[in-house]
Formats: sequence, structure tokens, C-alpha cells
Amino acid sequence: MKSDVLPVTTSGPPEPNAPAGPPGDPRRSATAALRPRRAGARARRRWKQWLLVLLLVLLSVPFIFPTWWMATSSLKPMSEILRRVPTIWPQDPSLDAYGQVFALQPFAQQYWNSLYIAALVTIGTMFVAAMAGYAFARIRFPGVNALFVLVLVGLLVPSEVTIVPLFRIVNSLGLINTHWPLIVIPMLGAPAVLAVFIMRQFFLALPVELEEAGRIDGLGRWGTFWHIALPLSRSALGAVAIFTFLKSWNLYLEPIVYLSSKENFTLPQALTQYVDAYGGPMWNVQLAATTLTVLPVLAVFLVAQKQFVQGLAHSGLKG
Amino acid sequence: MATVSAAVRRDWLVGYAMVAPVVLGALAFVVLPLGMVVWYSLHEWNVLAGTFTFAGADNYQRLASDGGLGDALLASLWFSIGLVVLNIALALLLAVLLNQRLPGTTTFRTFFFSPVVVSLVAWTIVWSFLLQADGGINGFLAVLGIDGPNWLRHPTTAMVSVIVVQVFKNVGLNMILFLAALQGVPEELQEAARLDGAGAWRRFRSITLPLISPTILLVSIITIVGSLEVFAQIDVLTGGGPGSSTTVLVYYLYQQAFQFNDFGYASAVAVLLFVIVLVLTLLQWQSRKRWVFHEV
Repeated sequence: MKSDVLPVTTSGPPEPNAPAGPPGDPRRSATAALRPRRAGARARRRWKQWLLVLLLVLLSVPFIFPTWWMATSSLKPMSEILRRVPTIWPQDPSLDAYGQVFALQPFAQQYWNSLYIAALVTIGTMFVAAMAGYAFARIRFPGVNALFVLVLVGLLVPSEVTIVPLFRIVNSLGLINTHWPLIVIPMLGAPAVLAVFIMRQFFLALPVELEEAGRIDGLGRWGTFWHIALPLSRSALGAVAIFTFLKSWNLYLEPIVYLSSKENFTLPQALTQYVDAYGGPMWNVQLAATTLTVLPVLAVFLVAQKQFVQGLAHSGLKG
Repeated sequence: MATVSAAVRRDWLVGYAMVAPVVLGALAFVVLPLGMVVWYSLHEWNVLAGTFTFAGADNYQRLASDGGLGDALLASLWFSIGLVVLNIALALLLAVLLNQRLPGTTTFRTFFFSPVVVSLVAWTIVWSFLLQADGGINGFLAVLGIDGPNWLRHPTTAMVSVIVVQVFKNVGLNMILFLAALQGVPEELQEAARLDGAGAWRRFRSITLPLISPTILLVSIITIVGSLEVFAQIDVLTGGGPGSSTTVLVYYLYQQAFQFNDFGYASAVAVLLFVIVLVLTLLQWQSRKRWVFHEV
């Protein structure tokens, strides 16, 4: 698809009462005759517009209220959380819950686990997928199509289907309760296929002429890829980086299958562990940990919104 | 082969080296496990006793007579239908609203998209907190004088909750895809219909909807396939309950494998899941071809 079709570049709505068009625009002369009627219609349109904006405001509530509720509730003591009438703003804000987040679990360690696993998977996937995508797009070696189809099979296999055999494989390699399966399998297995596919599509669309200068300068195939094609693929690599990072950061089934000790846990798994002696969730502590997990990603999203929307829409379509 | 020059052959070698990681990865982590899961599904596997005996089609016969599996398929069906209908309808509504050149469009788009980047488990935990019997939603309902149900403890409201939480999480993505499609609808067609006296609803139904229908089909299938893989939300919100009312196929598979250690039977369930996803994905590829054709 054409990426410029995505609405991310719309800078804002034009003025509602902007002039109809440049002089000589046939519409302008046509509307001139109808002006008195148009004025009433315009007022009605204004009204309609504000009603639609109000509708958008109402629709926004379930999207942003949970984040607000999470952040404010994490500042409330349990007694206030259990109060019958909810308080929109904490009456007596305290950071106690945040202290408990780190006291009850090795949360800093778990944060680091999630971060470094996601970083490694992202960098590895970008590298592996760019290489394979380029070769599949450009080099006509014997068997190229068969190998590409073999790789594409990964798109057909949800991770849940292969979790039992993968668990057995990891187990027989003695890698249960290590981070290896969370790093290597996403980088090379089914989750990487989408990245390979996107990179291949990108390189197919990249004019070969751009690479010819490098050829003339005596660069070999690898040199052309590394010095010319790869730097040109920054936008596609960005998309791959964003959805790969988020996928790893959000991984849940795999960690609970592979990991068993708390200091090895990743964040999604750790978040659910804040329970009291009776197994009931300690809400304020859980929400404090959740806030710490969510806010950095949201902040990065707000800064690099365009890239996020494009990258994730890309993965949504091709996935 | 003899006619191929050394330079070309070297080029091929570079090609093989560049695809080697993903090809070996596909063999080791996709094709091999896929073969293994089929192999396992043909065996009676007692993990505790350490026995692994060939059982032919026994596990598949059990699939056919297992009431629990029937319930899981039904739960998956309800979940998928509810999710797709709500998700597509809401995504379309949001996209149409954002396409109206209203003030603040960019901000609203950010709002609707933001849950997509929030960690799934985090999002689910917050909603779980909101949906407790004494949680935020019932608290606000109580202020209005409404006595809210215990959302996650009744079969129907639990299923609805799981669906709604998932819709708000991901609808922003589909909204963006629809928005892109809407912006591809030629302005002239709308204008022509307006001059012919067609109202807004009529224009939407007769021009916009047919033109973006390939996108709707594609997005629907993607959403259905995604809905079959729902796991974390179920585990965090309901644990498959109450009873087995929200035990969808993937959750059933997880229970059989990692709670009951019945790896053989779980593998048969996995094969069933694979076949369902395979059929849907092939449908999706079929519709994508049409979609791409339409787009170009």
C-alpha cells in the first residue's frame, strides 16, 4: 500500500469557513447565487460539527480513562481504593505503593529483563530480516522462491500451536528458566517472518538504479546491501523495530511457560504477581507497577507518534 | 551449472548466507515443531509416568466427543463474533468521524490509538480493577443510583467484558486502516452524489461503503484470526471462568498442556487450532489480492 495514504500527515482540519476556492473556481460562482440559503446551512453545519466533536469526546473516555485511573489509583492507599464512592483524584496521594513494588519483587531486575530481551530481539530481528529481505528481493539464487515459501509458513502458525513442542525442545536443551527461548525463537522463528516479509516488500519497491552507483564503485553484493540499500531502508526498519519491540515487551504466554523464578520474570508476568496472602490482588501496588510499565512506552509513543502509527498499521495489514 | 560464472556463483553464495538465519530458524522453530505437534497428537503421553505410546487417532476421536472442547469452540465463536462485530463497527465509526475535518482530529486520533501501544497485560489489569464488584465502574454506576453486576463473575457479563476490553485495546489499529481507505475515496464521487441530492447516509451507503468494502473484508479476517489467539486477556481477567464460560480454544489448549500435563491431547487441540487459522489466513490472502488490485 502507499504509505502516504495513511492519515498521519494530515496536519489539521482546514478552517470551516474558509473561502470556497480560488477565483475562477466554477463552484464559487455557483455558490454565489445561493449565498442566502448557504448562510443558514453553514450555521446548521457548525452545530452539527460541535455535536460530532462532543460525540468524539464521549467516545474518548474508555480509551483514556483507564490510563488516568491506573495512574491516580496507584497513588491511593488501599483504604481509599476500597471506598464505595470512587475518588477521581487521590485525597491523600502517596508513593507507598511504588515502594512496595520494589520491596515485594525484584522489580528492577524484571524491568531490566524485559528491556534487554526486547532490545536484543529488536536489533537481532532488524538485522536478520533486513538481510533476508534483501536477498529474497534482489538475488536470484537457485531455490529462492522455495526458501521464501518455507519462511512464509511462519505466518500461518500462531505461537500457541507450537508452544508444546517448543517447550519440549527448550526443555531438552536445558534452557528452561533462562531467557534464551525468549530471545532466539522470536528473532529467527515465526515472529520474525512478518519483518522479513516487510523488508522484502520494501527492497522490491526500491529502484535498482540506486544501487548501481555502488556497483560501479566496486562494491560487492554485501557492500551494496550494507552501504547503500540498508541506509535507504530506514523507514521500513523503523516499522519493524516498533512492532518487534512491542511484541517482545508484551509477550505473555511464552514467559509463563518458560520461566519459573521471579528474578527471571519479564514485566507482563511480574505484574500479575502482586497478591496478598490470600491470593487477592494488591491493587494499588499492582497499578503502581503497571504505571511504571506503561508510562515510558506511552511517552515514546507521544514523541514518535507518526512512526508508531505507520509501523503498527503496516504490521496490522501484513500480519 | 557449468555455464554459470564464478562471480554469479559467489553472488548466490552471498544470497544463501543472507537468508540462512531465517531459513534455519523456520526449519528449527516452525517446521520442526509443526511436525512434532502432529506426531505428539498421535500419541498417548503420560508425563508423570514417562510413557509415550502410539495411539493412532485416539486423541482426535476424543476431540469429537469432548464436551469441554465443544464449549471452548463455542466460547471462541462467541468471542470472535462479538469482537469482530464491535471492533469493525466502532473502528468504522471512529474513522468516519475523524474523516470529517473536525477541530481536534489529531488529538482524538492519538487518544483512540494510544491503547494499541499500552502493554496488553497492563491494559487488562487496569480493566480488571475497573470491573471488580467494588471497582471503579460499579462505583460510578452507584453514584448514578445503578447497582452494577459483578462483571467478571457472571458468564454473560464476563464474556462481554473480555470482548469489550479487547475492542478498546486494538480498535485504534483498524480505525487507522479504515481512515486510510476512506481517504482513498475520490472526492468527486461524493460531490457528484451531493449535487444529485443524496444525503450523508445515502452517500455513505452507496459510495463510501462499496468502495472501502475490500478493506472491511480484509480487516475483518485479520481481526478474526487475531481473536483466535487471545490468551493473556483471558488469563488475567477471568482465568477462563466463571465455570468455563470464557475458556476459548487457546486457553483450553494451554490448560490441557500446562495445567493437566496432557501433552498428547493438547497437541491434537493445537492441530485443530492450526487448521482453523490456516483456512482463515488463506481466505485473508485471497482477499488481500483483491484488495491490492483495488488499491492500485
